[in-house]
This record gives sequence, structure tokens and C-alpha cells, in this order.
Amino acid sequence: MAKISLSKRSLELGKCRNRQYWREWFVLRGLTLSGLFAIAIITFILGFLIKMGMPAISEIGLTEFLLGKRWMPTSPQPGYGALPQVLGTIVVAVGALVIALPWGVSTALYLSEIANSRVRNLLKPMLEVLASIPSVVFGFIALVVVAPAVASVFGLSNGLTALTGAIMLGVMALPTITSISEDALKAVPNDYRDAALALGADDWQTMTKVTLPAAKSGIVASIMLGFGRAVGETMTVLMATGNAIRMPLKEYFGVTLPDYLSSVRTLTATIAIEGSDVPWGSLHYHSLFVLGALLFILTFIINLIADIVLNKGIKGGN
Amino acid sequence: MLKKTLVLGVALSFFALVTVGCGGSQGGYIEVRGSDTMVNLGQHWAEAYMDKNPETAISVTGGGSGTGIAAIQDDNVDIAQASRNITDSELENAASNNVEINEFVVGQDGLAVVVHPENPVQELTVKELKDIFTGKVTDWKELGWEDGGEISVYSRQSNSGTYVYFWENILNEEDWADGTKYMSGSSAIYEGISSDKAGIGYFGVGYVDSGVNAVNVGLSSGGPFVTPLESSNIDDGSYPIARPLYFYVNGTPEGELLDYLEWVLSAEGEKVLGETGFYALTEEYIDINNQTFSQLGIK
Repeated sequence: MAKISLSKRSLELGKCRNRQYWREWFVLRGLTLSGLFAIAIITFILGFLIKMGMPAISEIGLTEFLLGKRWMPTSPQPGYGALPQVLGTIVVAVGALVIALPWGVSTALYLSEIANSRVRNLLKPMLEVLASIPSVVFGFIALVVVAPAVASVFGLSNGLTALTGAIMLGVMALPTITSISEDALKAVPNDYRDAALALGADDWQTMTKVTLPAAKSGIVASIMLGFGRAVGETMTVLMATGNAIRMPLKEYFGVTLPDYLSSVRTLTATIAIEGSDVPWGSLHYHSLFVLGALLFILTFIINLIADIVLNKGIKGGN
Repeated sequence: MLKKTLVLGVALSFFALVTVGCGGSQGGYIEVRGSDTMVNLGQHWAEAYMDKNPETAISVTGGGSGTGIAAIQDDNVDIAQASRNITDSELENAASNNVEINEFVVGQDGLAVVVHPENPVQELTVKELKDIFTGKVTDWKELGWEDGGEISVYSRQSNSGTYVYFWENILNEEDWADGTKYMSGSSAIYEGISSDKAGIGYFGVGYVDSGVNAVNVGLSSGGPFVTPLESSNIDDGSYPIARPLYFYVNGTPEGELLDYLEWVLSAEGEKVLGETGFYALTEEYIDINNQTFSQLGIK
């Protein structure tokens, strides 16, 4: 009797495990599939950009695109050098990050660690409103407020510079960085803070030595998203930076440094300006796709660097 | 099932409402797109026309002459406003889409070359303009303003008809000066120049306002130097950089489109043209339009 009931029970257990096994099998495969799908879409986009850019690359040569400094596709002697625009994009986006990173992370620290709930409930929605302002409005503000201010502070004849663009993009990246960093900081378990305080650390030490490092991956993710916004932003830079095609570099005391006080043009601005009226199928048309591919590769490299830095940091921490 | 029927019912009644709304008014819809120089003018025309003909709706958007011409080639708009000629390759492209482009001259624009009001340089020759905008002359000193400093050049961006016109007629298709700032609209150039003492730029004379100074332009250093601000200088052709403004339509205009076109070319349309800062057609252009009309069998 006992034997039979035991075998029956084990049979039921087996059945149960079987069902669960299949359920897990489906969930796991489903997750893998959606992950692969995202990779497929990204590969498809890159492939499309390269395919559309290929006629221009094969006719003009990749070196001209990467190292040439003259972008003049409508001229009788056309030039397709994208280097000034690649550097312009990097200069503006890095400048934006230099502004937005300390500002955004300290705001997030304040919101999650210091501010009481009433202040937080007031400030957070306001920050989110900042994120919802259309970029063309930021562009207009840049044109009539920020540019003249930059011009008068630095004694320039006009303020349509890389710095103006960087300031605007910094402000625009702020809500992204603050909001995601704050979520990451809030997700740090209170036990960590309590433990640090119990060991005799003061609030500041707890914040900088425990909470901030614990939320590091979320903060790095927020920086990457903020940077992505800065690199991909179009309308505001189009209006704020003056769109001059020139190398954004200047020698200071024999060292070549990025020049924030001259007018630059970004890759996105070029695509926006020239994309609307370029004759379909022309060399100029295909060359704009090359710019798109360059933009894609640029963001990819940046994400890769951030990823490597992040992994290294975690290993070091352990 | 019930939910589905409900959604379908709501959608259907909404659709019915929309259709009734359109059919009830008996009116037409004209879509106008193109030149940024002409956006303001086009809107004033449309508003004045809609005041008289409330059953017709006209939408006017900008984007640049290139944008408008690109749209008419695909028959996506009713009228393309352009401040430059349509090119041969664009005509061919239109023909391959079964679009037959017809051109009407609807006004004239003096292209003003503008500088900051404190800039003492009041007169420039066409040659000097070319040297400035191609970067051969880079300091105001060379043009007689001792402490003017480095010239800061403003241009429109390449999808602008004004850009193309200026590039073809002043720069002779040579490269723009290094560091030329490409601005996304005439008002962006206005903002730039009015706060930049060393700035020089160009736009349709309708945008000239107290914040900038329109220089007098001469064909040679002997003069005469002519201002674009007097309409007679444009009409008699003595201002060197005036240009016609165009409407491009697909096929023979009829119905509301024809009515709107005729109204724009009438005395009332011309009044709006003058009020917005542009210039009326010369006899020569009126003749050209009449020829086009008779070829199409309209008049």
C-alpha cells in the first residue's frame, strides 16, 4: 500500500515538475527571443545605413569621409569631408555632459538623500516638465537669450558657439540624468545606510562612500542615456551652434584643445538641414546616410566605453 | 464582442462626423508649401483670401524652396512657393512622376544684404560681396572700417531658395567662407546680425527692420549704389540682386486653386504683397504670366 501511494505521489510530483519545466522553457526562450529581436533590429538599422551609404563610400572613399575637412556636396567640385562635423558632435555632447553630470547627480543625491518628501514631490514633477519642453523652444531660447549672454561674457561678436549648444544640451539632458540617478539611489537598500551610520560614518560619508557607489550602475546608465540625448539632439543644436563647418579645435599654448567659443556643426544638424531637399538617389543623398552611419557608430563606441568602464568598476569593487 | 462592436460604432460615428463636417461646408482645401522667404507673404495672402472666401481653407507652411519643390514633384502639395527657379533635373523628375509643372511669377523680392546698425560700411559692390562671402576678405578693415574686426558671415542653409540664388548669383557657385554660419531661417539671421557688430548676412527685403542696416549695392566701384528699400529700384532693375518669386502648380489650375491664383495676381493680392514688404510684378513678368495662362487655355 505504502509503496503504491509513494509511487503515485512521485508521479504527481513528476507531472508538476514537467509542467513547470515547460513553463520555464517558454519564458526563457521568449526572453532570449526578444533580446535577439532587439539585436536584429539594431543590426538591420546599421545594415540599412551602410547599404544606403555604400554608393557614396565606394565612389568617394571612406578616408575622405573620415579625414576630409571640406563638406560642400552641392558645389561643382563637391567635397565630402565629415571630420569637422564628427568632432563638432563630440565637442558639443561632451561639453553638455560636463555641465549636466555634476549638476544632475548632485540634484539626484539631494532629492533622494536630503530633501524631505514634500520638497521632493514638488521638485520631481517640475524636473519632468523640463524634459517635456520641445527642443525647438530650447533652440529659440538659445538664440535670443543664451547666445547673446555667451557673447557678452566672453567678449565675442556673436554667441552662436559650441558652448551655447553644450549649455542647452546640458539643460536638456538634466532631467534624464537626475530622474534615473534618483531612482537608482532610491533603490539602494536602507540597510546599507543604517549599517554605515552604525559603523560611525556621518551622513556625508554614507552618501559618498556607500550610497553613491552602490547606485553606480544606475547612474552610469543615466549618463549614457543623457549622452545619447545630447548626441542625437537636432533642433536645438541646429538653432544654437551657428552651423559653421570648421574644425572645432584651437591651439592654446601649443596644445590643441577643443574650441568651445567658435561656431560648429553637428552630424544631426547636417542631416536635418540637407535631408529635406536633397535629390533622391544622388551622391549627396547617399552621403547623408554615411553621416547617419557615422552617428550610429559614434554612439555605439561611446556605449561600449561606458560598458567597459562599468564592468571594470564592478570587478574592482568586488 | 460587445466591446468590439462598441469601439467600431464609436469609430464609425466619428468617421461619419468628420465626413459630414467636410461635405457640409462645400469648400476646398489648398495646401501651400515652400520658401521660408515667402511663408509670411503666403500666410497674409491666405488670410486675406479666406476672409473673403470663408469656405476655402488654405494652409501655408515653410521649409525652404527646395522643400516645396520636392513636394510638388511628388504631387504632395497644391502650390509650391519658391524664391528660385525650378531646375531642369527637378522638372525631369516631376515629369517622371507624371507631374506637369506650371510656373507663375507672383511677386518680386529685393535681396537685402544686411549689417549691424553700428557698422559704418554703407556701400558694397557685387565683387566685394563675393569676396566677403567666399572668405577672400575676412576683416572689416579691408572694407574701410578700421576697428570692425573679423567679419562674421551669416548665410541661409542649403535648402533655402535664397541661399541658392545668392550662391549662384553672388558667389558664382564658389565655396562659402570658412566659418560661415548657416542659419535655419531669415529671422535667425536677423537675430544674429542685430546682436553681432561684425556680422553680415542676407535675406528678403521684407525682413529688414530697425535692428539691421541694409547696405546699398552697386555693380562696380564707380556706383551707382542702390538701396533695395525703394520699390522703384527693384521695379526698374537697378538694384542688382532682386529676384522673382514663384508659384509652382501641378497641371492646369482650376476651381479654387485657379481662383486663388487669380486673386493673388489681382490688385488685392498685390496690395498684400506691398504690405508684407515685397514688390509688385513688372510689365515683363505680367506678360510672362499672361502667356502661361493663354498656353493653358485659361484666358
